[in-house]
Amino acid sequence: MSIENAPHGNETVEEEFTDPGLPQDHRPRRADVDPKAAKRAERQVAALFGISVLGTVLAIWAWATIDVGADNIAGTQRSTLFIGLGLTFAMLGIGTGAIHWAKTLMRDHEMVEERHDMRSSDEARAGAMENLKEGAKDSGVGVGRRGLLKGSLITALAIAPLSVLVPAIGNMGGDWNISKFRHTMWREGTRLAKDPDGTPIKASDVTIGSVFHVIPEGLNELEHHKIEEKAKAVVLLVRLDPRDIKHVPGRESWSFDGIVAYSKICTHVGCPVALYEQQTHHLLCPCHQSTFDVSDGAKVVFGPAKRPLPQLPIAVDDEGYIVAQSDFHEPVGPSFWERVK
Amino acid sequence: MRRLALNRYHRAAPLVLLFVLLAGITIAASIARSETATATEVTAHDVEEGQKLFAANCATCHGMNAQGQDGVAPSLIGVGAASVDFQVGTGRMPMQSSGPQAMAKTVQFNAEQIRQLSAYVASLAPGPAIPAPEAVDGSKGDPAQGMNLFRTNCAMCHGSIGGGGALTQGKYAPALWETTPTHIYEAMLTGPQSMPVFNDANLTPEDKRDIIAFLEEQRGTAPGGMSLGSIGPVAEGLWAWLIGMGIIVGFTVWIGVRSS
Repeated sequence: MSIENAPHGNETVEEEFTDPGLPQDHRPRRADVDPKAAKRAERQVAALFGISVLGTVLAIWAWATIDVGADNIAGTQRSTLFIGLGLTFAMLGIGTGAIHWAKTLMRDHEMVEERHDMRSSDEARAGAMENLKEGAKDSGVGVGRRGLLKGSLITALAIAPLSVLVPAIGNMGGDWNISKFRHTMWREGTRLAKDPDGTPIKASDVTIGSVFHVIPEGLNELEHHKIEEKAKAVVLLVRLDPRDIKHVPGRESWSFDGIVAYSKICTHVGCPVALYEQQTHHLLCPCHQSTFDVSDGAKVVFGPAKRPLPQLPIAVDDEGYIVAQSDFHEPVGPSFWERVK
Repeated sequence: MRRLALNRYHRAAPLVLLFVLLAGITIAASIARSETATATEVTAHDVEEGQKLFAANCATCHGMNAQGQDGVAPSLIGVGAASVDFQVGTGRMPMQSSGPQAMAKTVQFNAEQIRQLSAYVASLAPGPAIPAPEAVDGSKGDPAQGMNLFRTNCAMCHGSIGGGGALTQGKYAPALWETTPTHIYEAMLTGPQSMPVFNDANLTPEDKRDIIAFLEEQRGTAPGGMSLGSIGPVAEGLWAWLIGMGIIVGFTVWIGVRSS
């Protein structure tokens, strides 16, 4: 329901604020008074629609004629560019044309559209209540009859959501095996190997200032869960000048002549921490800029991580290869509810 | 043989003669080439000239005997010719001002002087040598294998296609698109500044060449069009927010404004 140019008054509203009414000085647009301007606007709208037509033609032309393929990267690039530009102009021309038309040539009257009352009429409200009461009376609810029906209905309603919830929650944690967060592939005597090819690393290969990205030997031969095991077991192996290392008490035997190995999984949210700065011995996580000091037990020197990176105790075997002394002594990666520390 | 004797010489003789001549030229040329190769070898004169250059340009910080000064400049004993060729050849040294890191700038010395400086520093103690041209020839490497190695060892700092990236406190990993293959090789070998060392046990010479091959593959046209420096989501987000949102706001204002 709309009333054109009609002042409207409502007692309750007027008490709260003054109705500004409609602007009295209605200013006609140029196209309203000047037929030439109207003609010009018409031509502009037509030109915008024309641009849309050209855009469509451009897109189809680009699709049909430009050669694309893996060996023709420049052609692929040109094809994408021209199809995109064609589509842009095809859509933009229609949109801008329609809006320009509406703004310049369509009727220019201020309109008022009254909002209807939120409250239903008294008759409708009474009718609805009547219907509800009759329904209750028919079903016998509230009068103490049909106890079996009521009980079974409530049970069914209460249990029905479980059909969705049980599978959803059940799938959330996989097999709910928390202990696999605590252990990785590292065992006593597992050799440290190069990521990605799995060549074992000799202590003599790791010169000062070197950094090796390490996986446990045998990871590449795993049949199942290779990615999961890799995600937990990756290690960064670094050799510092032994004089630069500040040993954490109780971990003096965990390194070998300046060679230290730390988990590459950030203790904040588990990104791979791998930006190693050789001169400062700082290890930076690219996700949230947590910075760990490799020369000082990988303690956090900056950023949101709360714990040092877990250290992998290493030793050297009879053949000179670097091996793990044991698994990590704490769970790697970010915190979880059941984590002890 | 009778026919040969009768005709005084065999019909194939000119061909044989031509073959012998060509072989002679080839052998002579290869000897000449090996002579020019030995000519680029280091001589005592180079070391001497290098020492003079060093005393004039480097000794202020690194000391007259390249022993370094605590807190000012590292010792250069044992860093090898590769390190000098990288640092001086990319203009990082001599450093103009101290800052978070020495940046690549206009090279201060010519190739001859860089060679002499390298020769002098290499004469102090054994260290990594400048790689041979075929060791850095990307066309002989495997770019696919290079990608695997780059993603594991380099991409965290230099970006997945070598666009570079930020480190801590003003330091950064530079983009690798303009770097020469020799300098890429030397950087891996010597670990300049914040960069760790990737010795030949970690990345074998073949691995290093594969990485160079991969990086050279990234220098052509980007298939996705404008790459915005390939530095990741920050540049793309800035573009989307400033340009994309700007255009949307512009259209909204135009739709809302009353026609004149």
